[in-house]
Amino acid sequence: MKFTLSWLKEHLETQATVDQVVEAMTMAGLEVEHVENPAAKLAAFSVAKIVEAVQHPNADRLRVCQVDTRDGRKEIVCGAPNARVGLTTIYAPLGAFVPGSGITLEARPVRGVVSNGMLCSASELETAEESDGILELPSDLAVGTSAAEALGLEAVIDFEVTPNRPDWLGVVGIARDLAAAGLGTLKDTAVDPVKGAFPCPVSVRLDSPEACPIFAGRLIRGVKNGPSPAWLQQKLISIGLRPINTLVDITNLISYDRARPLHVYDRAKMVGDVIVARLGVGRDASAPTHTDEPTPAQHRDEQLIALDGKTYDITSEMCVIADAGGERPVGLGGVMGGESTGCSEDTTEVFVESAWFDPIRTAQTGRTTGITSDAQYRFARGVDPGFVVDGLELATRLILELCGGEASEVVVAGAAPAAPGPISFDRSYVRQLTGLALSDDRIDQILRDLGFAVDGSSVTPPTWRRDVEGRADLVEEVARIEGYDALPIEPLPDMPRPAGGVLSVRQGRMRTARRAMAALGYAETVSWSFLPRSAARLFGGGGDALMVANPISADLDCMRPSVLPNLIEAAGRNARKGFADVALFEIGPIYRGDEPADQSVVVAGLIAPHAPRRWDGGGDDPLFALKADLMALLDELGAPALQTAQGSSSSWWHPGRSARLQLGPKTIVAEFGELHPQVLKALDVAGPVLAFELNFDALPEGKRKAVKTKAALSLSPHMPLSRDFAFVVDEAVAAGDLIRAVAGADKALIAQARVFDVYRGPGLGEGVKSLAVEVLVQPQDHTLAEAEIEQLSAKVVAAAAKAVGAKLRS
Amino acid sequence: MTDLNTLKTDLIAQVDAAPDAAALEAIRISALGKSGQISELLKSLGKMSPDERREQGPLINGLRDAVAARLAERKAAMDAAELDRRLAAESVDLSLPAPPRRRGSVHPTMQVMDEMVSIFAEMGFSVAEGPDIETDFNNFTALNFPPKHPAREMHDTFFMAPDEAGERKVLRTHTSPVQVRVMRQINEKVPAWVATGQEPPIRVVVPGRTYRCDSDATHTPMFHQMEGLVIDKAVHMGHLKWTLETFISRFFETEGVVSRFRPHHFPFTEPSAEMDVQCDRSGGDIKIGQGTDWLEVVGCGMVHPNVLRNCGLDPEIWQGFAFGFGVDRLGMLKYGMPDLRDMFAGDTRWLGHYGFSPFAAPNPATGLS
Repeated sequence: MKFTLSWLKEHLETQATVDQVVEAMTMAGLEVEHVENPAAKLAAFSVAKIVEAVQHPNADRLRVCQVDTRDGRKEIVCGAPNARVGLTTIYAPLGAFVPGSGITLEARPVRGVVSNGMLCSASELETAEESDGILELPSDLAVGTSAAEALGLEAVIDFEVTPNRPDWLGVVGIARDLAAAGLGTLKDTAVDPVKGAFPCPVSVRLDSPEACPIFAGRLIRGVKNGPSPAWLQQKLISIGLRPINTLVDITNLISYDRARPLHVYDRAKMVGDVIVARLGVGRDASAPTHTDEPTPAQHRDEQLIALDGKTYDITSEMCVIADAGGERPVGLGGVMGGESTGCSEDTTEVFVESAWFDPIRTAQTGRTTGITSDAQYRFARGVDPGFVVDGLELATRLILELCGGEASEVVVAGAAPAAPGPISFDRSYVRQLTGLALSDDRIDQILRDLGFAVDGSSVTPPTWRRDVEGRADLVEEVARIEGYDALPIEPLPDMPRPAGGVLSVRQGRMRTARRAMAALGYAETVSWSFLPRSAARLFGGGGDALMVANPISADLDCMRPSVLPNLIEAAGRNARKGFADVALFEIGPIYRGDEPADQSVVVAGLIAPHAPRRWDGGGDDPLFALKADLMALLDELGAPALQTAQGSSSSWWHPGRSARLQLGPKTIVAEFGELHPQVLKALDVAGPVLAFELNFDALPEGKRKAVKTKAALSLSPHMPLSRDFAFVVDEAVAAGDLIRAVAGADKALIAQARVFDVYRGPGLGEGVKSLAVEVLVQPQDHTLAEAEIEQLSAKVVAAAAKAVGAKLRS
Repeated sequence: MTDLNTLKTDLIAQVDAAPDAAALEAIRISALGKSGQISELLKSLGKMSPDERREQGPLINGLRDAVAARLAERKAAMDAAELDRRLAAESVDLSLPAPPRRRGSVHPTMQVMDEMVSIFAEMGFSVAEGPDIETDFNNFTALNFPPKHPAREMHDTFFMAPDEAGERKVLRTHTSPVQVRVMRQINEKVPAWVATGQEPPIRVVVPGRTYRCDSDATHTPMFHQMEGLVIDKAVHMGHLKWTLETFISRFFETEGVVSRFRPHHFPFTEPSAEMDVQCDRSGGDIKIGQGTDWLEVVGCGMVHPNVLRNCGLDPEIWQGFAFGFGVDRLGMLKYGMPDLRDMFAGDTRWLGHYGFSPFAAPNPATGLS
């Protein structure tokens, strides 16, 4: 919403400057977005007088003028027909940028005569859409006066109107709030009715009161339409509107002045003498667009050619204004009028409409048609239903004043929607909700200043404040006008904090995982929750329930089933920029359905192993380095012991180089390994890529403990000893299974078992391998005798044989 | 006598001239070995008369000690020289690079979330969570956005495909639906991590992903918010102001952050406000704690009675406040990331530059980062 200070002052008695107005608006909740000062744009331009004007020697249409300017007397070539001796106009010096023509003036000969500047038209200064010749200003203006001052140009204040305050879409609404906030006094805004000279020959019928509950109108005959007077044009131009003709300009003026949209119909173009407001005849906007069934004849869709020249399909949800006994649509109520009955300069009889259209329906019509007119914007947010007839009277006054003519009596069909009812208001609620200690008188004064009727404990909002529904709304009005600066600052009462921190075990794990992964050398990324459906399908997702109906782009149309595709894509993007060696992680949600239970949080880590070559030739196998990181992470998270299951991972993994970590046979905590080359190919990323994804929701939640007391530590005084075993097993046996068997052979004595060599080759035979296992034995209460050690060895060998058929290598 | 002196001179000369440890050992054997020259002399003492022995004994023993000492000295010198040689041979160029170790980092938005949570935890807030795919009721209707209300349009909502009943869920446009989940008792089975109806008093913050169908230099289709909700019997706007002002000064870790409250409109709060902090934009980037410009950092207000009612709380008994921060934007302000879009691009150079050390966990002793 835009307005100027002088426009505001038509309703507000004040000495405030633009800056003071902006400050007061901001602190009253009218958020100023922008103040445009045309004076700045026109700083180079000033008043000048033509003292001599002679025919250009080489051009019929040009004149060579001697002009008195603030830079002294200048010779200026001018092509305007009105460049004549004695004219007071606007001069632009060399070097000035002319906004309307987009050029910077240079000293260039015009048909052989150098022009030392330029005399300007209104359009060149962008103070009018079009102009005919250079500006003609009052001759009493002093040479050198700035153009902004001479033209009465003003700063334009542009602010955001929050959807609850449609009354701010009229300057008088702004003035009322600023007056209440102490910036001045609101002037009388009452409208005197115009007595009708004859009965209105047009009657109004409301077929759908739910769409249009009230419609007032009157005919004014004998008007003379045409360009509106300069003051009116100037006023509209100042806030960026285009003047059209007097009748239309008057409706626009009242729309911006009083937030009251109106419509004018050319009576001569109307068919019949009944105006009908009804619902449209057409398909239901929410119904499918394509149907094989033939449209029944009585349901032939209506259309309207609107004032913007475009044809719109009318749906059954739109409010239509129709003439010809209700048959011919001549407008979409509250949105835009039709071309067929539009007013032109030839209009002599005008029917003026002031109605009230349902906000939700009007908003919907705006969305369906794509029309965003000033009227639609206002009706969609809610126009003051108490100003329907007053708006019509105000328009009548202006039309009679500017176009002449004679007004009929007013016809009113229907009744305005109910005004807001009284609210029972205990003034102490102001303090209760805000902490502001204000007297009842001060509270009542603020409410009255804003137009509320105060009667004891009952407060009734004005008709234009349909947003005020309860006592909290009244408190906001009081606090807002008193000023939030006045609010006290009061510390929150202490609240006992849960011992051991506020996070749940799961939330704490995410935090730990973040720091642990970063410490392990992975860079944390945050990527979109959505991805292309094709990528989702590669990772077991892409179901219909996870499709976004209105994605920001086609490649972000599906909720992700895994973080991995995003990490892989990120690795690919980095590689394409020349940074192929990356280690990334993300902690974030994945979605297997659209219910809360279908969302879980995972930590995914990825390594694109392109480590720099090393001078010492060293380096770990990156797949096992990744496994080490995953194990370290699980350790930090306090995960219980997990089983490694190979050969059953999801389809996006390399079948032979990936595994699952599970808790029992069903709960999959993590998958890790190398990504399947086909998946990488589909994502257009060069492999190999190694990754893991760990689901926090698969880890047992456990109890949150404030103090994590440690179990008692018992340190054996006896030296540990180590024994090596070389087992021969089938190639298919997993080392992990052998280790589990060995470690379980005597849980009291065996502290650790680990594979330290894998051997295949001559002497072993086909299809088998040798796994060398070091077993660390920790005696607890006495040093083991040789016989005991022998006994333990036998247990180890037996356990290995039983579990995986291992034989000792001979 | 002369013989002994000559022998000593001779042996010492041999020791001094020995080229290596082997030669030295040969000399030792020839002098002090079982049948060495000096050993033989020592043996001859036994055949001497007591007087001779008294005279010769010290001389021969002196000879033995002198030669043995010289041998030991030489041996030590040779060992030292040998060690020096070996060590010299073992030297490596330590300007060669160590095995590379990757440097990991924490994403700035997540760092900022951790910082925010730690400040609010000090004030007694716990952390509540809710799903990203929300019902229209929780995201809008319960929060006092009536169906078809124009305020909904301002949210640029992402809709999910409609289900069989025509109901369509939304990607939550703000973290506020978790307010509803925290307050409202429902008979719906949800996983343990999803907030469910708590009895007041309530003090929670809600960090999380949020979504709007908007993409330009300052908007991304996904971003992060942190909601706060306090419900109690006498908590008013003065407490709200204290909470946010205290938060802002602790968060920016700068002296003299100036803030102001001004009225605004949100459907789910009444009265509503926005808080601005004073800043300086003159240098191209934004500096908090100086200058004369204002920058909006948080929307807030007293929870609307309709929201309380929709969540089953009696507004005659309970009241409270809510606020919502844009986490990414706060991070950009505090740490100087210039472009929101880069936050989600996963460029390792950016992550390395703007990311945080794992050891920069917020801590009252060392500061937030």
